[in-house]
Amino acid sequence: MTATKLDMGRANLEEFSATLIELGKNDKNIIAVTSDSRGSGKLVPFGEQLPEQIVEVGIAEQNLVGVAAGLASAQKKVFAVSPACFLTARSLEQAKNDVAYSNMPVTLIGISAGVSYGALGSTHHSLHDVAVFRAINNIDIIVPADNFETREAIKAASESKKPIFIKFGKKAMPILPRLEQSFEIGKASTICEGSDVTFIACGETVAPAYEAAQTLQEKGISAEVISMHTIKPLDKEAVIKSASKCKVVITVEEHSIYGGLGEACASLLMQEKIYKPFKIVGLPDEETVAGSQNEIFNHYGISAEGLSKTALELL
Amino acid sequence: MNKYTDLELQIKSVKYRKALLKYIKIANAGHTGGSLSCTDILNVLYNDVMNVSPENFHDNNRDRYIQSKGHSVEAFYVVLADKGFFPASDLKTMCKYQSKYIGHPTRKVNGIEFNTGGLGHGLPISAGIAKAGKMDNAPYKVFTLLGDGELAEGSNWEGAMMAAHYKLDNLVAILDHNALQITGTNREVCSPYPIDEKFKAFGWEVLEVDGNNISQLRETFAKVPSHEGRPTLIIANTVKGKGVSFMEDVKKWHHGVPSDEQYEQAINELDAELEKLEA
Repeated sequence: MTATKLDMGRANLEEFSATLIELGKNDKNIIAVTSDSRGSGKLVPFGEQLPEQIVEVGIAEQNLVGVAAGLASAQKKVFAVSPACFLTARSLEQAKNDVAYSNMPVTLIGISAGVSYGALGSTHHSLHDVAVFRAINNIDIIVPADNFETREAIKAASESKKPIFIKFGKKAMPILPRLEQSFEIGKASTICEGSDVTFIACGETVAPAYEAAQTLQEKGISAEVISMHTIKPLDKEAVIKSASKCKVVITVEEHSIYGGLGEACASLLMQEKIYKPFKIVGLPDEETVAGSQNEIFNHYGISAEGLSKTALELL
Repeated sequence: MNKYTDLELQIKSVKYRKALLKYIKIANAGHTGGSLSCTDILNVLYNDVMNVSPENFHDNNRDRYIQSKGHSVEAFYVVLADKGFFPASDLKTMCKYQSKYIGHPTRKVNGIEFNTGGLGHGLPISAGIAKAGKMDNAPYKVFTLLGDGELAEGSNWEGAMMAAHYKLDNLVAILDHNALQITGTNREVCSPYPIDEKFKAFGWEVLEVDGNNISQLRETFAKVPSHEGRPTLIIANTVKGKGVSFMEDVKKWHHGVPSDEQYEQAINELDAELEKLEA
């Protein structure tokens, strides 16, 4: 692997919005439901171009998800769009009962996820969403890393017959390399191969994990980076294969260290009797420090520097 | 659909009450009082008002029924069985190990649209279905049965506001207004009154009816939608525990199961009513 500066794409949020317009133009049953969130969801163009396919419910997230489930039961392909912090807490019972338990093919889109609203404080952070949905039966969890994964995830969701939660942030993302330019829900994507360290990351932490792999490369350490875009169902085979061949395993996520990708991987590896030095990098159980998303990432070691340091300590 | 006479529907209601008590007795569990209060409403909906049957249940143009007050599932199961969605004898397994006939509505049971049970869900879901109907210019109506206690759930008011905003006159909410909830009267627990004025202020058309009177229910449903461009609320004034003297308007029967003696008395009372109607 050679250290290369990655080209920048756009925000995953913008990729989502553009993809939804494309899909919506070809299928009038594609519906966006918003809770006064069309601006923050970059859905203004969708609303302008496809005014019959957007349902605005106002600032009422419980209703947002209930209405989305009702629409889906009447054969609509529904994307319920709201900031992840509200969508996955305020309307959690609707997500659990009306969508997951009732098995309605609604895609819940958590925008400005994680600490995207960094300086706005914990009311606007969403560091619990993977944990709660992991514990709810019958809903997939997808956290795309870059524009490619976002576009493919949205396309897959529009064809899916089951509930899905997808979340992403609002910052421009680099265009990541990957061994195979393919996307399938439940199949991890290998960004680069290595044999000393495995970084299993998701969403906007895949890019810093990749940068860390490049930093480690300069020190003669070979790191593998996996984009685990689907956290449920977890690609067990990919985790086992990568963890088995590397010396240490580091998971990285923009989520509480409790209940997220890290604990999903730890649980799997323990039960498979694969005992490797293991570290979960995420947001600790404390009131998150104020700052931009980038500053918060740096503060908690979700950066090239922080992750390579963690790898060196673990090796 | 062949039209039943009022008397035929009155007889059905008594039979439904007998049946739901039987299955509650076998299950040794159930929401007895609320099921007895909404029996006549379900009877009229399924036998006189709605275009839904086992034959058209997967047709997108069918009328929809969402039971928001999911706890009164026993009345719902009994009516669905009578409509031919499944054999009534299946209900002997109600609430038993591995039965699909659980204590709240579930889509595992033929004829049920949504899994409900948590309160305050039916109105938003129904508003979504009604909105889809408007988008598709579909002929169906959406009916949802609300409990009066559940009006305390804020999600109802989110749904009520949005349904009026989108002029969902294909949406009909029926309030099973028996005025009792698990702790006491609605007024004692946390007053929802005035309910009619609240819904009117939200932009709804509001009708009121004796919810245990078959002919009044039929007349009222025949008027719906009663105002173009507005969703309708039917406040159905009912009696919790209706039809069984010692259960009527007594809060402990919210989910009480009758003893053998009480069960016998209840069935005797209902049989006497049946005899009177059939005479």
